[in-house]
Order: sequence, then C-alpha cells, then structure tokens
Amino acid sequence: MLDLPTVAFYIIAILLVGTALAVVLSRNIVHAALFLAVFFGAAAGVYVLLNAEFIAIVQVLIYAGAVTILVLFAIMLTQNAMSRNANPFAGQWWLAAIICAALAIGIIYAVGSSKMALLSANASANMTTAGAAGGSIVRLGQLLYSPFDYSYVLPFEIASIVLLVAIVGAIVIGRED
Amino acid sequence: MVATGYLFAAIFFLGGCAFVLGGLAFADTLNALLLKGRKRAASKFDTYESGEIPLGSAWVQYPLAFYIFALLFVAFDVDIVFILSWAVIFQQLGWFGFVEIVFFIAVLALGLVYAWRKGVIRWI
Repeated sequence: MLDLPTVAFYIIAILLVGTALAVVLSRNIVHAALFLAVFFGAAAGVYVLLNAEFIAIVQVLIYAGAVTILVLFAIMLTQNAMSRNANPFAGQWWLAAIICAALAIGIIYAVGSSKMALLSANASANMTTAGAAGGSIVRLGQLLYSPFDYSYVLPFEIASIVLLVAIVGAIVIGRED
Repeated sequence: MVATGYLFAAIFFLGGCAFVLGGLAFADTLNALLLKGRKRAASKFDTYESGEIPLGSAWVQYPLAFYIFALLFVAFDVDIVFILSWAVIFQQLGWFGFVEIVFFIAVLALGLVYAWRKGVIRWI
C-alpha cells in the first residue's frame, strides 16, 4: 500500500531525474541553468521528506535562489554563451560519464556503509533516533556552536574566512581597472 | 511522518496551477470559437517590452559588475543561514556563542568594507 510520503517521493524522484537529464542534455545552456533551478527545488522536497526542514529551507534559499542567480549571471556574462547552441563541452560527454560513474560509486558506498543503510543491522532504529535528534534547527545550532558536546566551532569560523576569500577574490578578479 | 501542512501547501500549489492553466485554456477556446481564432504572426513572438517595439535581442552580454553583486548576495545569504541557526539557541550558548558569532560577522564585514572601499557597491 502506497502511503502519501511514498507517492510524494516518487513524484519528486521523477522530477529530479527528469530535470537532471534536462540539465545535461539541453543544447541551450540558459535552459540548462533554468532546469537546474527546478532540480534544486525538487531536492528541497527530498529534504522535507527526510524531516530535515531547515536544510530544505536552506536548499531553497541558497541553491534555488542564490546559486541559480550566480550560474545565470556567469552565463550571461560570457560572450558565446548567449548563442542558441552554446554548450561548448558537449563533446566531452564520455569524460563526464566516467567522472559521474566514479562519483555514483563513491556515494553508493558512503550511503551503504552508513548506520542508516537498509542493509545495516538495526537500520530502522538508527533512523528513528536520527530523526528525533536531527532535523531540528535547535539541535543543528547546538552541534555547530556549542563548545561542549560535538563542536564544529573551528570549521564554522573557517567558513567565514572562506566566504571572505570568495568576496575579495571576486572583486579582485572581476573589477575592470 | 510528513506534516500535513505540506499536503495543504501542495494542494494550494496544484490548485493555483490549475487556475492559471484552466483560465488560459478557457481564453484560448473562447478566442478560437468566437473571435478571429489563432494566427501565427511574427510579432507574437517578439520580446515583451511594455508594448514598445523591441530593440535588438534580449540575449545580450551583461556588465561584469553584476557578477560581483550576485556573489556578494550568495556570501551574505550563507551568512544569514549561520546567523539563524545561532539565533535560535543564543541564550544557551552564552558569551562563548556571542564571541563566536561576532568574530564570524566581523570577518564577513571585512569583505563588505573591502567591497565598499573598492567602489563596487555603487549603482552603475
């Protein structure tokens, strides 16, 4: 019997695979970027199904919003990209296929060896524990900022420096003096 | 499992889509039956410029300065995500958390100050 989350998952999964294929196969690079925006939105749906609502909102805010804008701007700034058939790397599809296959193997291995994998001993129990603890923004904040239990303080502060480097780098490279 | 709020949101979304598409289909049918019907005129496929005759293509190369705006937007968007996840528990974290977030914002503010001094944040 199909329950509602399962139906929703299949709809989202079809949308994800369809838009991902459209991004790769589209001959027009602007259309590919717009399909990428739909893909990011559908990925947010997967996070909602996983009870990770904050991550879903972040996905919409950062990826469907900001990163899509960044990609579109990068395309519109490029001289040749605005022609109708401007996917300059379409000839290197075999190289992309090899890299994607390697990436897929890596992801499947990582997911399969996690404590929540279907093959692992008490997958559903681990899943329930993780669902109760994770997903909440409060728990996320505690993990990120609290100095006591499982601290990500240093990576968090380094993230600010990474963002600073991105800002300064864009200004140094992008300014026409 | 999934909150029913999402179900209602999905129903509203689909209802909205059906409303728009149904309205368009209705208008199109009405047009085909009662008015002149469909005609393929070249001007129908023009770029929409508020009723003006469009000049050139919409597919033009944009100035590079817009990319810096977009990147600044992304950087501060990420900034907001971190600040939000800090803000929900800032009372638990106390002074340690406060110093953390002040350092974080100060580092990013350096980027904003740099952009400002370089004259990037100006209307072109």
